[in-house]
Amino acid sequence: MTATAVMPEKATLDVEKIRRDFPILHTQARGHNLVYLDNAATSQKPQSVIDALVRYYESGNANIHRGVHYLSEKATLEFEEGRKAVQRFINTADSSEIIFTRGTTEAINLVAQTYGRAHVGPGDEVLITAMEHHSNIVPWQILCEEKGAKLRVAPINDQGELIVDEFAKLLSPKTKIVGLSHVSNALGTVNPVKRLIAMAHAKGIPVLVDGAQAVPHIAVDVRNLDADFYAFSAHKMYGPTGIGVLYGKKALLEAMPPYQGGGDMIASVTFEKTTYNKVPHKFEAGTPDMAGVVGLKAAIEYMQSIGTDKIAAHEHDLLEYATKKLSALPGIRVIGTAADKASVLSFVIEDVHPHDIGTILDQEGIAVRTGHHCAQPVMDRFCIPATVRASFAVYNTRAEVDALVAGIRKVREVFA
Amino acid sequence: MPELRDLYQEVILEHSKAPRNYKEPAHSNHKAEGYNPLCGDRFTVYLEMDGDTVRDIGFQGAGCAISKASASMMTQTVKGKTKAEAQKIFERFHDLVTGHTHENDEQLQAELGKLAVFSGVSEFPMRVKCATLAWHTLEAALEGKQEKVSTE
Repeated sequence: MTATAVMPEKATLDVEKIRRDFPILHTQARGHNLVYLDNAATSQKPQSVIDALVRYYESGNANIHRGVHYLSEKATLEFEEGRKAVQRFINTADSSEIIFTRGTTEAINLVAQTYGRAHVGPGDEVLITAMEHHSNIVPWQILCEEKGAKLRVAPINDQGELIVDEFAKLLSPKTKIVGLSHVSNALGTVNPVKRLIAMAHAKGIPVLVDGAQAVPHIAVDVRNLDADFYAFSAHKMYGPTGIGVLYGKKALLEAMPPYQGGGDMIASVTFEKTTYNKVPHKFEAGTPDMAGVVGLKAAIEYMQSIGTDKIAAHEHDLLEYATKKLSALPGIRVIGTAADKASVLSFVIEDVHPHDIGTILDQEGIAVRTGHHCAQPVMDRFCIPATVRASFAVYNTRAEVDALVAGIRKVREVFA
Repeated sequence: MPELRDLYQEVILEHSKAPRNYKEPAHSNHKAEGYNPLCGDRFTVYLEMDGDTVRDIGFQGAGCAISKASASMMTQTVKGKTKAEAQKIFERFHDLVTGHTHENDEQLQAELGKLAVFSGVSEFPMRVKCATLAWHTLEAALEGKQEKVSTE
């Protein structure tokens, strides 16, 4: 389940071959070979995903679930094949438990606005952790404000790990739902979600897992985790933007009120009454991102063609290598030193603001993210305004880590 | 291709390491807070206004080298100026860092004086907000606005 559980298998992963699958990696940025280390923001797309999108628009496009004509039938089949591909990818019991959304953010909002509004009332509590992305904070704040409920936050330690005992203490009879990230986008911490879910379930509390930073990097089995809801985005896992997934246990989804009203989510409509469609269609109002689903399926196939375990092992090797190299540089402080981490290396350099570091690295063709990473409470926890974040994907190399290290030396020169 | 040294000129680096007027003046009677939510830069600008004139000025906060140096040099420039003069300089400065060519560049440079070292910012569009944050905050302080200023 975790990146550390897998041993590196460098010999079996041909990174140079993988790099040839990604046209954008051959970009020249500011006169240098692009070193793309901003994968936690969005990953690049392999040719197979790009081709799938083009092929869909060239030969497969029609609106789904309504036409009787050739193309509509073809598009509907392909769309539903995408759903089955996701089902197999994260091992759900039934493909109707897969709801397509615009991304992780919309998936979390969907749960907050449907399950949340139906189950959270005045005086109730929603429990999250101190390492959440804004997308797993704000939807719950909106809900709590509307309902007169309280948002509780389980703290993290100086390594950026959830303090499990404190989390346990905050699970109370008032807690109606728990939202927690599988992997922290700002710190890279991998949460022990299976254990945390079991703790919540022991008290009858359902759990939503924000898997946006987990699915691209580690094999996820939602049934093994026993997650009630699991959300992720295609664009961080080599797929297109604008498409994401909400997994929900069928019994929960069926009992939930709809999210948005419109076409496709209805069984019948009169001006007096509307009967809603079955799941998952009840939650998919309007024409969905059909090409996006086709692209997501291609991305899943791409990851499976390499093997999620091999991807995890390769990225883990890079993370360890980069952590070792950067830690050896003077004046560097790594933010997020959890025992179990995936893909993300956040750091600050003494006396140099991350924004300046980002600009200087950019001049070397190195793309990193600088800022608060939509996780301002995490920055506050570590008393810093921002970090520099390097995040790895399957196509990154040790040579790129070396380029990052050289770039950081350049930062030191400029600010000497 | 833009050169890093055009952006990080010695004067700018020097001001970022040792900002001037980094204080709350004893008799300040106007202040405003500025915030760039994209990078977390946050400054408070304090003014001691004597009628329409900036008698004293200081700033405090945290930010990148560009934003801090800009704030520092701004305080030196506007001290003793009238509100209208300060606003005029900000207009000129804005033109400079956004690369809006002027009919008379020499005149612009002359008007801006030392602030001309920020001309390199125009080659780095993502950094314009860093250079102008303190100025937006000053503008709010001059207007006596109570709301926090945001670059977004």
